[in-house]
Amino acid sequence: MASAFKLLHDKTAIIAEDGAIIMHADISDFSLAINKAIQHRCLVFCLCQNTVGSLCGYISFISGRIVPVMLDANVDSGFLAGLIKLYKPQYVWLPDHRIKEFLPVNIIFSRHKYSLIELYSDGYFPLHKDLAMLLTTSGSTGSSKFVRISYENIEANAASIADYLSIDEYERPITTLPMCYSYGLSVINSHILRGGTILLTSKGLLDADFWKFLKTYKATSLAGVPYTYKILHKLQFSRMDLPSLKTLTQAGGKLNNELNKEISRFCSSSGKQFFVMYGQTEATARMSYLPPQDLSTKQGSIGIAIPGGEFSLIDENGKEIKEHDVTGELVYKGKNVSMGYATSYEDLKKEDENHGTLHTGDLAKRDSDNYYFIVGRKRRFIKIFGNRINLDETESLLENIIPDCACGGEDDHMIIYITDKTRIAEIQNFISVKTGINPTAFSFRQCAEIPKNSAGKTNYSDLDIS
Amino acid sequence: MTNIEKYEQIFITVFGVSEGELKKLTYQGVEAWDSVGHMELIAKLEDTFNIMIETDDMIDFNSFLKGYIILNKYGIRF
Repeated sequence: MASAFKLLHDKTAIIAEDGAIIMHADISDFSLAINKAIQHRCLVFCLCQNTVGSLCGYISFISGRIVPVMLDANVDSGFLAGLIKLYKPQYVWLPDHRIKEFLPVNIIFSRHKYSLIELYSDGYFPLHKDLAMLLTTSGSTGSSKFVRISYENIEANAASIADYLSIDEYERPITTLPMCYSYGLSVINSHILRGGTILLTSKGLLDADFWKFLKTYKATSLAGVPYTYKILHKLQFSRMDLPSLKTLTQAGGKLNNELNKEISRFCSSSGKQFFVMYGQTEATARMSYLPPQDLSTKQGSIGIAIPGGEFSLIDENGKEIKEHDVTGELVYKGKNVSMGYATSYEDLKKEDENHGTLHTGDLAKRDSDNYYFIVGRKRRFIKIFGNRINLDETESLLENIIPDCACGGEDDHMIIYITDKTRIAEIQNFISVKTGINPTAFSFRQCAEIPKNSAGKTNYSDLDIS
Repeated sequence: MTNIEKYEQIFITVFGVSEGELKKLTYQGVEAWDSVGHMELIAKLEDTFNIMIETDDMIDFNSFLKGYIILNKYGIRF
């Protein structure tokens, strides 16, 4: 039985919000029970939240060779119904409060406030033998395209992350990111692999219970996207006394220089380590990290490839760039490069299409010490709160409700250009529901018409946006 | 505008709720009042009332009604 996880029976896997302790052995039991209920390799929608039921379900599926599709437990029900038609999962593993959406329903298994319900009992279709799970590219609900992740991908990425962060059984990361998001999941995978203990909470940084939980159970590390660090800054994090916390990691977009300096200073003065990292879901999670000792000399750098990985740069003709300080597309090679994409259940039988090489779509350059710096993006997308949002896809989504629009803006702030400002509230609500992103991330500008070039394509430079 | 009106208007604008919903409004009680919405709320309150809200108060600020008590500490009278 190929599996990414070895469950080390005498280790504590999870401490839950309420103090409940879940041992690796408990997860083994859970896994046996749920896999006995399912009995064969098939596709399961896993509606994720940072709770015991959700996490035990995920680990059980992976170790039992059941293929989970990792979705947010708050996924919009209309969107979920569409995904179910496209992917025909045999089961859905979901929090009990969402069962009512599926009535009448056949409940196969229930534990820890989660239930497994049966959807398609006869719809058998082939799953490639290496396929371990599906992850969304944006971490949000905007797209029905998923990344096909193999067992080898999970294991390779978790092992190299555990190596460069020196993760051992004494580590206690506190969850700050959703487990359906590749970065959040990588924290879980790398710690389960090395016998660390996950401090599992669905509370956020703005909840007093989060800080109480962190202090009581002595969290040793915390992971954040740039927005997490903006909140920490606002909370005057550097004045907090958190002696147990030894490691901070950051990924999911570029942290602005001032915040980067502030966090670096805080960490070096309080004996903590700060790791700036870079990755994509297409590479399971991580591709590079900046060793903490290089923070001041290589500010703004994504660092070097993770153990077992390799970077190169190519020019517009696909030719490798050997010189320093020349911009090209960043290409990554490693065992964590995913098998490819899926847009429906029919793609789940497909072979590995990437063969270990990922063209990241990010433009980068390399300095004389072979450290990499991201300088831009090939495609039009921005990152909002760590989620990658494709601007062209957002425009097509909006065209369902308005005739014409253009999207631009910067990380954490999308600007939507429209011609009819009376509909702002309606559009803001629509886009927020569809993407699962807070409405304040979207702002609006009115223009008389959306400028087009002769081919009918939007002329973004005339909108004064890039 | 009175301080009460200003205070109410901030919640209505930031979370897109109606006046009738205000008294029952709690952190994470509506979708828009998540961590992002919360930071927006705090920023708007600080700008409008020209105050700096302390970390502990920022975290304690978990409902519309609780906010009255917290802002009171900063000398805002309703």
